[in-house]
Amino acid sequence: MRHLKAINRKAVRIVDTVTDRPTVAAAGGDVVALQEGPGPPQQPEGPHIPLGCSLVFSPGWEADRNGGTAGLCQPVERDLFDCHLGCFWPAHVPDQLNHSPDWTSTCAAAQKDWRKIDLIFP
Amino acid sequence: MSLLGLGEFHQFDAAGRRFLYLVPSAAVFALDDPAHAVIDTLHGHRLSREALLASVSPRFPEADIEETLAELEQVRAVRSVAAPLPPMPTIIPLTPFPLTTAVLNVTNQCNLSCGYCYEYSEDKIVDTTNGAQPKFMSEETARKSVDMLMREAGDIQVVHVSFFGGETLMNYPVLSRVVPYAREQAAAHGKRVEFNLTTNATLLTGEMIGFFAEHDISVTVSIDGPREMQDKFRVFHDGRGSYDELLPRVRELLRRHQSRPIGARVTLTAQVNDVVAIYHHLTEEIGFQEVGFAPVTTSPGRDHALNGAGFDQMVTQFETLAGEFLEAAAAGRHHGFSNVSETLSEIHKGVSKAYPCGAGLGLVGVSTGGDIGLCHRFAGSDDHKLGSVEDGIDRDAQTAFLEDNHIANKTDCHTCWARPLCSGGCYHEAHTRYGTTTHPNLHYCDWIRDWTDICLRIYGELAERNPQFLRRFES
Repeated sequence: MRHLKAINRKAVRIVDTVTDRPTVAAAGGDVVALQEGPGPPQQPEGPHIPLGCSLVFSPGWEADRNGGTAGLCQPVERDLFDCHLGCFWPAHVPDQLNHSPDWTSTCAAAQKDWRKIDLIFP
Repeated sequence: MSLLGLGEFHQFDAAGRRFLYLVPSAAVFALDDPAHAVIDTLHGHRLSREALLASVSPRFPEADIEETLAELEQVRAVRSVAAPLPPMPTIIPLTPFPLTTAVLNVTNQCNLSCGYCYEYSEDKIVDTTNGAQPKFMSEETARKSVDMLMREAGDIQVVHVSFFGGETLMNYPVLSRVVPYAREQAAAHGKRVEFNLTTNATLLTGEMIGFFAEHDISVTVSIDGPREMQDKFRVFHDGRGSYDELLPRVRELLRRHQSRPIGARVTLTAQVNDVVAIYHHLTEEIGFQEVGFAPVTTSPGRDHALNGAGFDQMVTQFETLAGEFLEAAAAGRHHGFSNVSETLSEIHKGVSKAYPCGAGLGLVGVSTGGDIGLCHRFAGSDDHKLGSVEDGIDRDAQTAFLEDNHIANKTDCHTCWARPLCSGGCYHEAHTRYGTTTHPNLHYCDWIRDWTDICLRIYGELAERNPQFLRRFES
């Protein structure tokens, strides 16, 4: 770090940690991961709970909407466009029918342009 | 458009620089000019990245500001206001948490009748007067306490046995026999044991001093200052002052016992509050190496309770004495104001506490009858019992205590920047003031924040002027 000088030992440890593990936020500062890494080191790791648009009891986690397993739900950060349009439960994507019909207009190709998708305030 | 705002921290200036004390990480960073400008610009505002850059960029190259911003975001001094605030982690330490210190209340009797004593005044929580607990700890109980410590210490290599009272030296016979026993047991368990005791020094004899020196026992003397201050509260049962009784004994202790620093521990009250004069008397005229001060623990409204004006005066005096500490430390000299050195040590390590102290965690108190309590102040209280020397620590009771008293449950503390160091304050103080250990000590919040700020500024000054001095806190 050039502009912050770590003074106490905790500050040194923080600098070591953030330098070793560059985050997306450090690159652009506009993306925050929805699921953090493992918890504090002294604690046992908790169960992995995927964060999707429906409860784990709802359809989509164990069987897809056709009863098969080909289109299972994904954690939302991997599933943005799968939830969009195709999903019966459009919870975590903007409402493209009424309020935000063109919320993806700046995103021609998701892999390349996903950063251009901004927040929607209904 | 996401807006940027400030994260949680306390700013302070020292040695001509701006520093941040980050909360809750307790990291201390010094800022350069662009970082200082970014923080100042965001103070009280929420700005978009572009607006922030536009506001700061005339003074610094844009690339510099971008880099600064990235760094400030990495350490969470600047955050996106849209991002949810991270929840306060509720991490309960894994049990069995190893025990490092057992405080043995070897007696609950005392040859003094200090007016403010928590053990015998109206604020007492342990039934010491009605015989519910024996007056003196038996040698058997003391040995069992040592055995319990060895068992509960797990893999810990260095354990501590503290002797406390009542007046500790009223049970010197048991103390003197359990010290060699603890050494034997420590050796048998592959550990090292260290001892300390607290005394009013009025019963100190040459034989005892020889024993303490021989066994490297650290001694803390409870003393309130020069004669007129000491004799205000610290009196014998017949009302006679104790100063003249202890002075020659303390002088002999300081002369003959030099393997460990001998500390003085001062209780501040509405009547005895002249910190600077007390410090100079105890160090220069008597010869103590370390002096620690604590305001009296009492329910409000008592005659000797420190009230708002008393706290203000205390902070002012603490600041003056802390200034002396700073000048000494900057010049590489020792200064014995231990309240400062203890706080600096915690700042340097970056301690961020979920609990105000180690009571009920790494430290327990043992009552004269062998009950284990949170600390020496609670030992013998049935409501705060954490087991017994025979059965060891009651891990279920301990877990329940840790869950109830976690900082995450002290909602009042959640917006306070001083919580990494304070964590709500002393359980016993809270119990005396509010009737429960789980309550934060709201009556001294302002004082704690003032004091923490003073110590942070001293820390910042030392980091600039004599960083070598801070190395002593790294062992």
